[in-house]
Amino acid sequence: MMQNSVAVVGAAETTNMGKIPDISVIGLHADAALNAMADAGLKPSDIDGVATAGISPVELAHYLGIKPTYADGTSVGGCSFMLHVRHAAAAINAGLAKTILITHGESGRSRVGAGGFGRAPSSLMGQFEMPYGVTSPPTMFTIPVLRYMKTYGVTEADLANVAVIQREWAALNPRASFKDAITVDDVLNSPMIAWPFRMLMCCLVTDGGGALILTSADRAKDFPQKPVYILGTGESVETPLVSQMYDFTSSTAFKISGKKAFEEAGITHADVDHLMIYDAFAHLPLYGLEDLGFCKPGEAKDFIRERNTAIGGKLPLNTNGGGLSYMHSGMYGMYALQESVRQMRGTAAAQVQDAKISIAHGVGGMFAASGTIVFTNEK
Amino acid sequence: MARILPEPTPETRHFWDGCRDGELRLQRCTECKTTYFPPRAFCPSCASREVEVYAASGRGVLWSYVINHRPRPDMGAEPYAIAVVKLDEGPTLMTNIVGCPQTPEALVLDMPVKVRFEKQTDDISLPLFEPAQS
Repeated sequence: MMQNSVAVVGAAETTNMGKIPDISVIGLHADAALNAMADAGLKPSDIDGVATAGISPVELAHYLGIKPTYADGTSVGGCSFMLHVRHAAAAINAGLAKTILITHGESGRSRVGAGGFGRAPSSLMGQFEMPYGVTSPPTMFTIPVLRYMKTYGVTEADLANVAVIQREWAALNPRASFKDAITVDDVLNSPMIAWPFRMLMCCLVTDGGGALILTSADRAKDFPQKPVYILGTGESVETPLVSQMYDFTSSTAFKISGKKAFEEAGITHADVDHLMIYDAFAHLPLYGLEDLGFCKPGEAKDFIRERNTAIGGKLPLNTNGGGLSYMHSGMYGMYALQESVRQMRGTAAAQVQDAKISIAHGVGGMFAASGTIVFTNEK
Repeated sequence: MARILPEPTPETRHFWDGCRDGELRLQRCTECKTTYFPPRAFCPSCASREVEVYAASGRGVLWSYVINHRPRPDMGAEPYAIAVVKLDEGPTLMTNIVGCPQTPEALVLDMPVKVRFEKQTDDISLPLFEPAQS
């Protein structure tokens, strides 16, 4: 895409976060969308493009009374929203639409108006993974990790440390679900979920949503909020079955998506002031730091232990507290994007001073897909 | 509660028929010689449609796993390992490891394993793996 040709002019999460038993899935989409439109000073009739995952863009458009010239229903898991941003930027540049709304809403905890987990027994997952007792992401996303740990000498304490440092960030965020400090021992003594993963190495399950509105950079200066420009983007997909990852110690989709985003943005790793890596589980930031090229293979555990990603470190990571401590509705990518936008606007609860470039990197499914967005507040 | 079982499709029928008949069947490209899994009607490496089914050794090593401490109701009440085996022929395959305790001490990465078919119905047997002598 063309650098800085498109900007985020509206960004908001649902009014409430965490446990929302009185709003259904589509209602959460709408609440976030209305908040983002208010943020941008827009009405539904001003929106001519829609994108969403979880529900269909048809449902979204009709629910909000939008009659769009552009609809994107890309649904590749929790990073779908990164792909929506990427596709929206290209669509705006190509003249397919002028003002595109991207929404997420999920009743992950309360399950109001939400479907169940399960795959057709004739699907690839139904034939080649479900028969062996996988349940939900804690027994699937975690499958490759013992191989990664053996290859690079990563310990359970290293995994625990990811959760500990993210909790430190969450303590600065009034909207975070969990704010109380934890230690490595606390994590290692929390209930076993799927060895070697304990409860505090796994993401929360909450209700919530978020929405973004994108338009051309030329129009962005006329909106009430400080524009946040799209500097570079990347995406890729890898496998519908975690057991068929190309390499259990690295995400091929992360590498392809990240490399493309850095190339489009024309930046180096030293230029990055703030980073979000979708952390459904404690190993994701380790894989992400390495596959994006911030660390060499096997060195992310040391990078985190040395507090480079902590408060005051050189690469603040998951500053909202992440999926481990802030919130995780199921498709968390939207919240990583929201935190990057807040950091670029200068309005984050744990604001990184003078941050000019932020990356939001997402994963979809169980290492199935990836999307990467590079934001900047300078043009 | 009956265990969740696969429903074969035309492209995978040979694999499940093999499991029923006590044979781990893989596919191999007759042009570039790549062995691949899961089953499909063409080679994912070179896209050739010239592929053949053959009986694999049924041997491999324990590649990675988790031990699920919140058992799915159809899997019983005790924690069980959900494992990936790396077959001698190259592909990885999700399975369960049977014939040994479901503990980190008993389940050591890279230990040799061999297939053991466990009959579920007249049509479906699952390819599980057990520890083997190297």
